[in-house]
Amino acid sequence: MLEVEDLTKRFGGLVANDQISFRVDAGEILGVIGPNGAGKSTLFELVSGFIRPDGGDVRFAGRSIAGKRPDVINRLGIARTFQKLKPFSNMTVEENVMVGIMQHTSSMRAARREALGALDFVGLLDKRRAPAHGLSTGQRKRLELARAMSTRPRLMLLDEVTGGVDQRSIPGLIELVEGLRREGMTVILVEHNMQVLMSLADRVMALHLGAKIAEGTPASIRENRQVIESYLGAAYA
Amino acid sequence: MRSTSEPPSGVQGPLREARAEPLRPPLTRGQWIALVAVMVFVLVYPHVFTSPYARHILVMIFIYGLAAQGWNVIAGYCGQISLGQAVFFGIGAYSAAFLYAKWGISPWVGMAVGVALSVLVALFIGLPTFRLRGHYFAIATLVIGEIGYTLVANWEFVGGATGVWIPIDRDSPWTTLQFHESKLPNYYLALGFLAAGTAIVAWLERSKIGLYFRAIREDPDAARSLGVNITAYKLVALSISAAFTSIAGSQIAQYVLVIDPENTFLFLISILIVLMTMLGGLGTLWGPIVGAGVLFPLSELTRVWFGGTGGAQDLMIYGALILLISVFWPGGLVSLVRRLVGR
Repeated sequence: MLEVEDLTKRFGGLVANDQISFRVDAGEILGVIGPNGAGKSTLFELVSGFIRPDGGDVRFAGRSIAGKRPDVINRLGIARTFQKLKPFSNMTVEENVMVGIMQHTSSMRAARREALGALDFVGLLDKRRAPAHGLSTGQRKRLELARAMSTRPRLMLLDEVTGGVDQRSIPGLIELVEGLRREGMTVILVEHNMQVLMSLADRVMALHLGAKIAEGTPASIRENRQVIESYLGAAYA
Repeated sequence: MRSTSEPPSGVQGPLREARAEPLRPPLTRGQWIALVAVMVFVLVYPHVFTSPYARHILVMIFIYGLAAQGWNVIAGYCGQISLGQAVFFGIGAYSAAFLYAKWGISPWVGMAVGVALSVLVALFIGLPTFRLRGHYFAIATLVIGEIGYTLVANWEFVGGATGVWIPIDRDSPWTTLQFHESKLPNYYLALGFLAAGTAIVAWLERSKIGLYFRAIREDPDAARSLGVNITAYKLVALSISAAFTSIAGSQIAQYVLVIDPENTFLFLISILIVLMTMLGGLGTLWGPIVGAGVLFPLSELTRVWFGGTGGAQDLMIYGALILLISVFWPGGLVSLVRRLVGR
């Protein structure tokens, strides 16, 4: 579904993504790990079109999308969430979700119907008429998921779904991603919580200093010497 | 993925209830009463207050209200701060006045020409600046405003600093938009345009376009990630804004019958339009009208107190107002009233 080839991005002298290549097949959940500054967020920004690559290619469903605008890429079927949450704060929760749906319909009524379904899916139905600025961090994460889902994507890029939320909210968020998997959604997941990642991902790719250092099943990544040294530490060995 | 329109089993109850709700909460009894009262008031007003000055105040409030409603679209709903609305105001005024004075072309046509030119200028400003982040757009509008003023003040073909005097016509008032017997036609004409502009904004509020405008205002990156072409929609917002302001300018020209760069293209007019919207309530349907209703009489008072265009004292008063609004009522008078009434 997604093929990334030699993707490269430089910021001045810093190579944030250094010839990264990987592919994700339909229905798969690919986990991406790496210490801060490894290039995970840059990779998301490149694939979703928020920054332009300096080299390499991104192909989605057979066509090159490298360098296209974010809204074009979204309409092609890739949705994303943000590590630093970006709710439409002064809009209601249901309006937040309707924005994404409106690319498929001009009817506000139909959009609202669909938005309520998405809010029900993420457990925010009772908050539908509340302004988004009143939500807790965990609820905002759910809102971002609902919003991304509402564009009817085929591939979702989820940036730290459980980052910054309290422990009690984590199982519910994992369950949501599991729900996406059951629906057959293809997902790339950046996650710092290793337990979450290992339980969700079919495959894991490890980045370090902008380069891919390993890729494989969660079990094989956990035992990879280079990954342990650069990121996981001895506790995971 | 699966359509999100069908819920997982077991949760049909609350979802069905939610779907049965109206798209927007209906107006309350109080809101209906207020709406009808305002409509009755503006329709009856000129028949109760028959003096030319009493009518003049309302005519000006309606005309500036439309210009403020225009700024509300680009800044209030779409979040893009334009500081050069006087350019559109001036283009509208000059298109109507100049075409009639020079070639006898009806101001109705001049008004349409003004709208077309204003939208062109809007695209000219917006196309390069809306692609950039930060305050480039605001700065560009400021610069275009000053360029417009300087250009018109030095362009002899359109009258230079002395402006355009519109030839008096008493034979066909509805063609020339000159009403010398009474201000009543001016009153209803200005009211009609304001009502139409407000109806358009009310429709925008409930439409896909309006939803996109607000999403862009709240977080442009999130909007882009959800498939919104933010440059295109900002251009739509600016074009609507330019059209409203241009129509207000055309009306002013035909109402006062003499225009010059000072009363059309001046930066102060841009500021007045901004202030009216902020005072009333940015991004609210009624804010610009309420703001115009308070601020225009105030600007008349400063004219009486300080003479002429107010010198610099009126600027000081407006500056103080901006400060007061930002600190004490960031939501404007409309939000203040909502708080007092309890919703």
